[in-house]
Amino acid sequence: MRHHLILRVITKLLVGTIVLFAFYVQFHGDFSPGGGFQAGVIMAVAFIIYGIVFGLEKVQQVFPPWLVHKMLALGVLIYAATGIVSLFGGMHYLDYGVFSPHHPEHGQHWGILIVEFGVGVTVTGVMVAVYYAFASRPPRMSDEEW
Amino acid sequence: MASETTHHVAMTLADHLPVLQVLVPFVAAPLVVLLGSRKLAWPLAFAASAVAFVISVLLLMRVIDGSVISYHIGGWAPPLGIEYRIDAANAFVLMLVTGISTIVLPYARESIAQEVPQRHHTLFYACYLLCVTGLLGVAATGDAFNVFVFLEISSLSTYVLIAQGSYRDRRALTAAYDYLIMGTIGATFFVIGLGLLYMATGTLNMADIAARIADQGSNRTIHAAFAFIVVGMGLKVAVYPVHAWLPNAYTYAPSAVTAFLAATATKVAVYVMLRFMFSIFKPSFDFEVETLELIILPFAIIAMFAASFIAVFQTDLKRMLAYSSVAQIGYILLGIAFLSETGLTAAIVHLFNHGITKAVLFMGVGALVYRSGGSFYDRVCGLGRSMPWTSAAMVIGGLSLIGVPGTAGFVSKWVLVQAALEKGWWPVAILIVLSSLLAVIYVWRMVEALYLAPAPEGRQATEINAWMLGPIWIMALACIYFGLATDVTLTSAQSAAQGLLGGFTELH
Repeated sequence: MRHHLILRVITKLLVGTIVLFAFYVQFHGDFSPGGGFQAGVIMAVAFIIYGIVFGLEKVQQVFPPWLVHKMLALGVLIYAATGIVSLFGGMHYLDYGVFSPHHPEHGQHWGILIVEFGVGVTVTGVMVAVYYAFASRPPRMSDEEW
Repeated sequence: MASETTHHVAMTLADHLPVLQVLVPFVAAPLVVLLGSRKLAWPLAFAASAVAFVISVLLLMRVIDGSVISYHIGGWAPPLGIEYRIDAANAFVLMLVTGISTIVLPYARESIAQEVPQRHHTLFYACYLLCVTGLLGVAATGDAFNVFVFLEISSLSTYVLIAQGSYRDRRALTAAYDYLIMGTIGATFFVIGLGLLYMATGTLNMADIAARIADQGSNRTIHAAFAFIVVGMGLKVAVYPVHAWLPNAYTYAPSAVTAFLAATATKVAVYVMLRFMFSIFKPSFDFEVETLELIILPFAIIAMFAASFIAVFQTDLKRMLAYSSVAQIGYILLGIAFLSETGLTAAIVHLFNHGITKAVLFMGVGALVYRSGGSFYDRVCGLGRSMPWTSAAMVIGGLSLIGVPGTAGFVSKWVLVQAALEKGWWPVAILIVLSSLLAVIYVWRMVEALYLAPAPEGRQATEINAWMLGPIWIMALACIYFGLATDVTLTSAQSAAQGLLGGFTELH
């Protein structure tokens, strides 16, 4: 898409905004609609649109496939580890009260925030991984052959 | 600190066993991917599986007397929160899954090294652990919707595991795809059933659903829910008319995966069926009695004969065993259809005994394939002489499959015949014995190929190493042990059957 000047310029402008919006949806999710799933998808969209306009190689320089794999695992691990912290506090698995024993409600708040961050990491990874998987398939026939 | 938190009593490690059972393999799976080390993947998977096995044994010891452990995830009390509920029935299943997984893993180390390219090994073991997690979760949870979630975790990883066979035979891809379609339809039916149950009762906690159905009696919504759940789980169990995914999936999956799945995945699905049929819907529920006697019973008997008959005419040893699995599932369903404690005991015992029997046979076939490169009868013929240990173990497995006295298979068929006689269903008892004769034929074909047929010219097959032979023989000896020491399995199964028939004891 080298000749699509407008698309390239707009994409460059948009990518930063999309990432910022993703973080907003992620961390404001407990006050307004949003959370890890939505934020993860929005975050992934930033990379996907960059990949569509500038090509798979460029986006994979920024976000290499090995990192995507690690993110998939990392997010799940963040979620699970949050629950394990509760076990060490002598509470039930995933009882976030452990983060603030004197004010279990605050603990719940923080617990949700950490867990949702884990969700966001994994969902970003999954969406980008799906895009990479489809985009890196060799085309069956070139456009000229149609 | 603990004194400040009023409603929380500090818990010890022993209290956390129900959740650790699922958590250990679950945490190990992403850890394997995150470390990304081919060398560490297997040891981690094995360690997680072994720890899970120890936990399951501890759990079974605590509930074998008929007591129930309830664990509240996140500290939210049921019926609102998700509850893990361990009783004799699911502790038994948990032990089967973790036990088989731990024994199959050393075998997988060798066979996967040959069958799957090295760069996929970390992801393979991560998927394997996720599959174990899913199966354990399905068994451990007391929340109906949670069953569906864990079922999907195990199913999705199963599809991937089966597709790993594509490096040896490309048909594994279509087999995995077929299973994906059928499995998804099954899961959808199951969740539709859950939706209807939720509509009728307004709760998702199994014990709560059971109590509310008992209170309000049945209606058309509950009938529909029951039908959807039975058909959905039937697809996963591979009940006779909807078994079509199973033979291909088992034939083309890597040997270790087949051995693990054949011994655990369908068994866990049977457990879910039992849980729903006996604990949530009561056997006093008329619709269930009719369904079982008019639909499940005939299909079980057809499965026993038709699938055995197909197995006799297979030219591929692994495929023969897959069809034999469909037939054996028929016996389990037959036990369920009797709707009696003896029948249920037979079903649960057979679930376990068939699990270990098929693990021997599929690992054995895997070993033959490892050396000869194929599982067709003409490829494996004569291997009984060059691979005496593997072949001997397979003969023991074969005998157990037929139900020869002294092997595990005999015990379950004996209880099954007893259950039939108890009900006064003489013809069914005779059919059980007759269908076992078909098993004699297909097992004999295997023995004939291994020992009597001449080996092809120029084949250099030697005995496999101890990593693979060890697990095969542990299972083979287990087949004999559980055939002689029948107390162990029968007592646990009876306790499980009573637990299931007794429904949910009031805990909260």
